[in-house]
Amino acid sequence: MKMNKRDGTFYINPYLGGILLGLVLFASYYITGRGLGASGAVKNTVVTAVHSVAPTHAEKSGYYSKFLSDDDSPMNNWLVFEVMGVVIGGFLSGIIYGRMKLKVEHSPKITDNKRLIAAAVGGILFGIGSQLARGCTSGAALSGMAVLSASGIITMLAIFGSAYFFSWIFKKLWI
Amino acid sequence: MTGPLIPMNIIPEAWNNVIALLIGIGFGFTLEASGFSSSRKIMGTFFGYDFVVLRVFFTAALTAMTGIIYFDFMGWMDASMLYINPFYVSPAIIGGLVMGAGFALGGFCPGTSFCGIAIGKIDAMVFAGGLFVGIFFFSEAYSLFESLYNSGNMGDALIFDMLGMSKAVFAFLLIMAAIGMFYGATFIEKLVKKVEY
Repeated sequence: MKMNKRDGTFYINPYLGGILLGLVLFASYYITGRGLGASGAVKNTVVTAVHSVAPTHAEKSGYYSKFLSDDDSPMNNWLVFEVMGVVIGGFLSGIIYGRMKLKVEHSPKITDNKRLIAAAVGGILFGIGSQLARGCTSGAALSGMAVLSASGIITMLAIFGSAYFFSWIFKKLWI
Repeated sequence: MTGPLIPMNIIPEAWNNVIALLIGIGFGFTLEASGFSSSRKIMGTFFGYDFVVLRVFFTAALTAMTGIIYFDFMGWMDASMLYINPFYVSPAIIGGLVMGAGFALGGFCPGTSFCGIAIGKIDAMVFAGGLFVGIFFFSEAYSLFESLYNSGNMGDALIFDMLGMSKAVFAFLLIMAAIGMFYGATFIEKLVKKVEY
């Protein structure tokens, strides 16, 4: 056992992490009949925000209206609770392993500002792509693979293939 | 107890959000403890200096897959009741390509960015802000995307059916491919110069 477990450098074995994550995903399917997700919670927050600011606009829109129903607020949604759990779980692990620290992480070759601009653009692209593909790495790729759905496997291949290609173009951001 | 428990009404629907929160805690904890709150650790998979994403992602998907197939085979769960994301061919591929570009620029995916936020990564907060902007933009500009979004609907397609294989054979081949990738990853890591982060 390493003695410096709490200095932020310790990570659990990746295969152990994978099995634990797989058991969480399996429990999700076994108990609730659905997999994990992340981008859907952001979508539901956007839908709720737009609907409360401009209700008629949201109801007339071809996209927001898909996720609005009369009796149930989109915020009262499974994924919103699940993502609140993700933040709590990440926070607990960060405390246990000593990683709680405000910082911007990037290659020493670039500035904080450059990293933050790239992060913002990356987030925007990920947001758009996740709506087109009806889910992100969690909801479409990981959960889809567990049930061997075609959409899961194809989306996973597209995400990782494209990320591999573009990461070499944007290499300076990272190494 | 035959699963899935909530759709079968074995656990009342009212518990669904509580269970969502608990599952999320397990999800967030394992992601963070595995190193997914660090964008430079995540990006190691694409440069070959740290394959943690590849190992965790595929081990998790195959663990869950094996559990589902086993429980279904034993009659402990009706796998036909599980939610399958519908397969729309072009938007799945184009959406995936766009997400990959966002991944390479942002260093996170949505789930891992929430983990980064939980431990104070400012880049993760900005990335998540970008997610809101991107989804808002997509929703407002939906008429531009609408025909692509609805194209190529194949319904709840399963990959082994499309390839004309049995589920068991495909699952076995997938596990073999993953083990091959894990060996390959260890081999590449030894060749690539370590990156300090």
